[in-house]
Amino acid sequence: MLSISQIQDEIIDEFSQFDDWMDKYALLIDLGNSLVPIDDKYKVPQNVIEGCQSRVWLTAELDGDRRIIYQAESDAILVKGIVALLLRVFSGRTPDEILNADLYFVEKIGLREHLSPTRSNGLLSMIKQIKLYALAFKSKMG
Amino acid sequence: MKLNSQIIQNIRADFPILEEKIYGKPLIYFDNGATTQKPFCVLQKIEYAYKHLNANIHRGVHFLSQQATEAHEDARNVVAHFLGAEKREEVVFTRGTTEAINLIAFSFGEAFCSENDEIVISVMEHHSNIVPWQMLCERKKMKLRVIPMNEKGELQLDAFRRLLNENTKLVSVTHVSNVMGTVNPVDEIIRISHEMNVPVLIDGAQAVPHIPVNVRELDADFYVFSGHKIYGPTGIGVLYGKEKWLNALPPYQGGGEMIENVSFEKTTYNVLPFKFEAGTPDYIGSTALAEALRYVGDIGIEKIAAYEHELTTYAVEQLSAVEGIRFIGTATEKSAVISFLVGNIHPYDIGILLDKLGIAVRTGHHCAQPLIDSLEIPGTVRASFSFYNTKEEIDVFVAALKRVVAMLI
Repeated sequence: MLSISQIQDEIIDEFSQFDDWMDKYALLIDLGNSLVPIDDKYKVPQNVIEGCQSRVWLTAELDGDRRIIYQAESDAILVKGIVALLLRVFSGRTPDEILNADLYFVEKIGLREHLSPTRSNGLLSMIKQIKLYALAFKSKMG
Repeated sequence: MKLNSQIIQNIRADFPILEEKIYGKPLIYFDNGATTQKPFCVLQKIEYAYKHLNANIHRGVHFLSQQATEAHEDARNVVAHFLGAEKREEVVFTRGTTEAINLIAFSFGEAFCSENDEIVISVMEHHSNIVPWQMLCERKKMKLRVIPMNEKGELQLDAFRRLLNENTKLVSVTHVSNVMGTVNPVDEIIRISHEMNVPVLIDGAQAVPHIPVNVRELDADFYVFSGHKIYGPTGIGVLYGKEKWLNALPPYQGGGEMIENVSFEKTTYNVLPFKFEAGTPDYIGSTALAEALRYVGDIGIEKIAAYEHELTTYAVEQLSAVEGIRFIGTATEKSAVISFLVGNIHPYDIGILLDKLGIAVRTGHHCAQPLIDSLEIPGTVRASFSFYNTKEEIDVFVAALKRVVAMLI
């Protein structure tokens, strides 16, 4: 299995074939469209991350191998595309891997603006929440 | 003479930022409802003021202080004239619309409100004209009443009449909706309120840059606006209040400028308007705002209104060709604001992709969350125009929107 860094490098590689922002965003839209929708039972207020612009739903559970499975979705398709990438990087990892991970691919593929606090689309809080879940599961596992 | 394309080209040359390139594309700035760009004369005025007449005002006996004081007080005359105020003392400088409303919510609340009293606002208010009243209602155990609107985005005056009662202390409504561009019948609202002896505050932030306003003709008790939305600098705004009301209100903040005499036993307050201008006023801001108002006055607000109306009508026509478009707010009386949604596309996605094409629009709830929630939509895409915008820009915008929608649908 690839490491978190290796997956990020893979994503950077995939995006590097596009010079034009239009193609890059078209890929993001495709990723957003193919993201498996979160189950309606998880679309509850306690799982919502409210941004000023868009919202993100995030839920996490531990599987039998003590890996965290995240599910997430957004009401905006571009945000959903980035959510799909974040899930690819973080979902199915152990709490330690997630806590120690250095997130760099978003900036490298030229989408840093979407993580700006002023964008307020829920993504920045989603990343914090991903780490918080990891911390919570780690302490629960002892 | 109406504003023809030659005049508009000359006007555009007054705004240096319109030369900017965004991601290599010419800037198309359609976010004028959030803030407007500044003409050279305003920028030069700020520089001039700092270079040639900067000294603290009102208190200095020296030459520069006199000059700065004169500039600040002259700015008050300009604002009074611009609004059609009876007296210059009725013009108080604030940091903006928000501070002006907070000032009234506090001082009026202190003087005239008590438990079970009511404040009336409307469903289409900006958060700035909601939250200060909620804070007052919480502080004094009062009730907030909300005027509803019809499906076109027009306030329902019959319902408004029914909201007024002997407990109503103040009505505070926006002149123009920042989301839908609806121009509210504030003259009617004021007349109806005055029949019940209820004073009215009008939030003019979205009105003064676009339509003629005369506070005396309106008979408004309070009228507030922000400098930066009318081509002036940020950080300066105006509270107009009828003299009888302003005299009856206690000060909002204490400090320098607003006092007459201070001792540890008792402080007496200065006369209007200084009673409400605690601390060193933003005299550079007021001077530059006056310059902006002169600039707008020289072009002519009636001509601006006519040209912007033409632009808005053209934009609605062109946008109507976009498949799946739905306009939010179709009031008969509208200012230069168009809010819309396309199909089920989220406004954020449209805003981000338009930005990549050099087009600045606003997306989201536009600080009017209760309105957006009442419409059960995730927000809108808002294009808001100024007299420096052109039909050619609208053509580029509509073509870009079609391209973006094709990507997203």
